[in-house]
Parts: sequence; structure tokens; C-alpha cells
Amino acid sequence: MYLTSDPLELATLVGQVQSASRGAIACFLGTVRDHNGGRAVLQLDYSAYEPMAEAECARIQVEAERRWECAVALQHRTGTVRVGEAAVVVAAASAHRDEAFAACRFVIEEIKRRVPIWKREVFVDGTMEWVEGGSPGQMGSGLEGQQNSGTAGKLDGESSDLITGKSDATRA
Amino acid sequence: MLPSAPTSTLTVRVLLFASYAELLGRDAIELELEAPATVGDVLDHLRSLTRAEALPTRPMCAVNLVQAATDDLLAQGDEVAILPPLSGG
Repeated sequence: MYLTSDPLELATLVGQVQSASRGAIACFLGTVRDHNGGRAVLQLDYSAYEPMAEAECARIQVEAERRWECAVALQHRTGTVRVGEAAVVVAAASAHRDEAFAACRFVIEEIKRRVPIWKREVFVDGTMEWVEGGSPGQMGSGLEGQQNSGTAGKLDGESSDLITGKSDATRA
Repeated sequence: MLPSAPTSTLTVRVLLFASYAELLGRDAIELELEAPATVGDVLDHLRSLTRAEALPTRPMCAVNLVQAATDDLLAQGDEVAILPPLSGG
């Protein structure tokens, strides 16, 4: 399952992709930031069109593993995610770091672009707002992309990013 | 015996998410449409239930889990999802 309401464990995903022949593992965690647009954020509430989100995550994994010689694992939270917790985790392992970083970057960008997941910001003052209006998404191929809606749209409404790279000293 | 005449209507299940579910006050609607019907006909019906300008001209839609265009034809029993701008990650 690519979607889960349980806390995400980076070590679990790393364990799924590491092997003796892969000397580089690039990881990405998107964590919930305590502020957005100058307002104090309490938590994010994620909802998803789950069967389609699962299918889209599977396609992204396959695409990354075909494009680079790598193994990829990804998971996204649903439900309430509190400040500091990870909302999304990606791990990409390859023989060398260039492929691992490239695959990891590809996967997080495609998740944001294609996977039907939505988040609502819950602010410390008790108000809530759906986050909309990121870059237009286009799933699959050759089909029309979405249009940005003006309702409660915010361009900077994203979880904060934390990139970590881990390389095997003997290979990378 | 003659085959029965083709039915002139079809029923689809419409799924709404996030801000669109809030806008319409529900997350699923059964719609009976006159055949032939398209994704656009579903959108027209939704617009009649709310402020027409609240839905974009061409929101992202999916039929049976695959992204669909406004003029795609619908079949009996299809699941039509209307997707607000994505904000995963």
C-alpha cells in the first residue's frame, strides 16, 4: 500500500530498496511545516481518491525504475498529520548517486503532479483552508491537465522539504 | 423474440473530493443521465446544483480510475470522479 494513515518510517522504505549492488540511496521526506503564508499551522488533513492514488503511485514507481537502474519505494500519509511529522517519504537506491538522486527527485515531483491527494491546512487559530493551485497536474499521458481553481488557492501551501542523501563510501 | 430496446438513460456514480465535496455538501451522487452522456454532462449537472462559476471550466476528471476528457462518453455504471487541483506531498 502506498497510502497509509500510520506514521511513515524512513527506515522501512530504505530497507525495501537497499541491496549489495546498490551503493547509493537518496531519500526525501516532506514534513509538515509550522507556518504557511505567515500563519501558524497546527496540522494538515490529507484526503485521497484512494484506488486511483494507489494506481498512480504504482505507475510512478514503475516509470522511475524503468528510466533509471534503481529500486524505488514511496509512501504518502492520509488523515491528520501534525507539524514535524512526515507526510510523504521516497527512497531510491541505485549503484551510484546520480541515478539515485534523479529517481528520488522524479518520484516526489510526480507524486505532487499526478497523485489524487488533497490537503487542508488547519491553523492554530482554528480556521481551515484547502490547499489548491499548485502546478497543473497531468496524469498518464496525452490527456488534458487540470486548471487551477481560484478557491482558497495558494501557491506556497506545501509541506516543507528535507532531503537526505546516504552513500556507501566504497561505491558512491 | 425481439431483443429489448436499448435503454435511453444510464446511471453513473459521481465522486467529489476535498473542496468540491464541501462545495456540493456531499462526496458522492448517483446521476441518471439521458444517453448518450459525456463527462461534460455530469459537470453541467453539478453546476446546476451550485454556483456555476465555483467549478472550473474543465476540472480534472477520471472515469473508472483513469483520467478522462470532458467529451468522453459514459457507460452505465461508470464511476466519474471530479478532482480539485491536486495538493499531495
